[in-house]
Amino acid sequence: MSTAEVKQDRKYTKDHEWLKADGKIGITAFAVEQLGDITLVDVTVKPGDSLEAGAVFGTVESVKTLSDLFSPVSGTVTAVNAALEDKPELINEDCWEAGWVIQVESVSGGELLEASAYEAQLGDG
Amino acid sequence: MTSLRATPLTLRHRALGARLVPFAGYEMPIQYSGIVAEHQAVRERAGLFDVSHMGELRVTGGAALSEVNHLITNDLTRAADGQALYTCCLREDGGILDDLIVYRTAEDDVLIVCNASNYEKILAHVSQHVKRATLSDETEATALIALQGPRALQILSDAGLGVDPSSIRPFRFQRAELAGAQATVARTGYTGEDGVELFCAAADAPRLWDALMAAGAPHGLLPCGLGARDTLRLEARLSLYGNELSEETHPLEAGLGWTVKLDKPDFIGKAALVALGGAEPQRSLIGFECTSRGIARGGYPVMQDGAQVGIVTSGGPAPTLGKNIGLAYVPPALSAIGSALSIDARGRLVDAVVVKTPFYKRPAPRAPTSKPS
Repeated sequence: MSTAEVKQDRKYTKDHEWLKADGKIGITAFAVEQLGDITLVDVTVKPGDSLEAGAVFGTVESVKTLSDLFSPVSGTVTAVNAALEDKPELINEDCWEAGWVIQVESVSGGELLEASAYEAQLGDG
Repeated sequence: MTSLRATPLTLRHRALGARLVPFAGYEMPIQYSGIVAEHQAVRERAGLFDVSHMGELRVTGGAALSEVNHLITNDLTRAADGQALYTCCLREDGGILDDLIVYRTAEDDVLIVCNASNYEKILAHVSQHVKRATLSDETEATALIALQGPRALQILSDAGLGVDPSSIRPFRFQRAELAGAQATVARTGYTGEDGVELFCAAADAPRLWDALMAAGAPHGLLPCGLGARDTLRLEARLSLYGNELSEETHPLEAGLGWTVKLDKPDFIGKAALVALGGAEPQRSLIGFECTSRGIARGGYPVMQDGAQVGIVTSGGPAPTLGKNIGLAYVPPALSAIGSALSIDARGRLVDAVVVKTPFYKRPAPRAPTSKPS
């Protein structure tokens, strides 16, 4: 059972991504805890690309392992967090704000969990 | 599904907040504070590892030395009492059953330490072949604690080890008292740093662990998990069974020819190695460094002209070097230092170059200076 924090101001996927109202997407503290020290963030989409809910938009690699990034929703990519290219450890330091990965607009679809449901999922894990 | 075994130190790991994972049938700490922090602690200061999952098989009796010597590629007759040898243990066809450290306590007392992942296989192998000596499986009764890093010997002294640890030379071992318990202190390790591995009775392990943690605290010692153990050994180019080594690998292609003494009396696998006749191996294990963005991990194919020509056995970020490194089997044409490699990282090619190994070599100990600097 995890003690990882969950923020109330956003929605989640069962794969431990978060989506904020402004369209920013990142990974949760639980995901970061599982990955450990993050050493590479490889985003395979660029602004203007359209993204399907559930599609892989990149990879996060840590010292030990790697994990695909799945888009929580369908939408159009408007921004990629360029700071992660040189400083992937931003995700370890602040996965909720500074460590966002991409931003999308015109979002639709996706199987999103409310914070409480996501928290319950962590509790079951 | 069988339940996981605990080590004598599992409760300590839980209390320290370690993340525990299943490994070779044991519940083992993968990390405490974080792999990079633990890795750096070992390179710069010291780290403490519980490696009690390793197998300990003791062979005793008049024929102990020759019986064990028959099972290994290295030559125990050339070791002194109190000396340990790194060696391979082979199948008849030369495939590597395991890599071991054998400890020659005396001619009639040899301790075999095997990988946890190979414990049952090696136990069966040794049981089958050791007929003229007595085999005791001490795995359950023994704890193994590794203290590694430039401050390791000082920490041992501070903890009150009964002998001067610096008097134990590399790959030598001796019995000594620590924290009121008896331990076998071996100047060995799996990190590329100076340090020791301590064998003790399972019941004494928490006391030794606590004493070393306490003596190490002022030195910045950290408890370290299997995660850091893996990044440390990779930087030092120490092979890991299941990655670089397997039953389908022979020691010469794995770069372990130095552990094979073909001029010693017969041993299992010798005929197969002799039959190779000193021919150039079809493939060899090389070290590489990624030169483009990307991380090459174990299992990724090494590509040439669209076809797979080799395979990465271990790979990942090297915390000390700040580079992404790895080990791979490649054909001779690609094995020279400076050869360019192309590695298929899940559909994307990562450039790499063959480099000299070990990737990391610890600085030579500084000689005492006679004048102030």
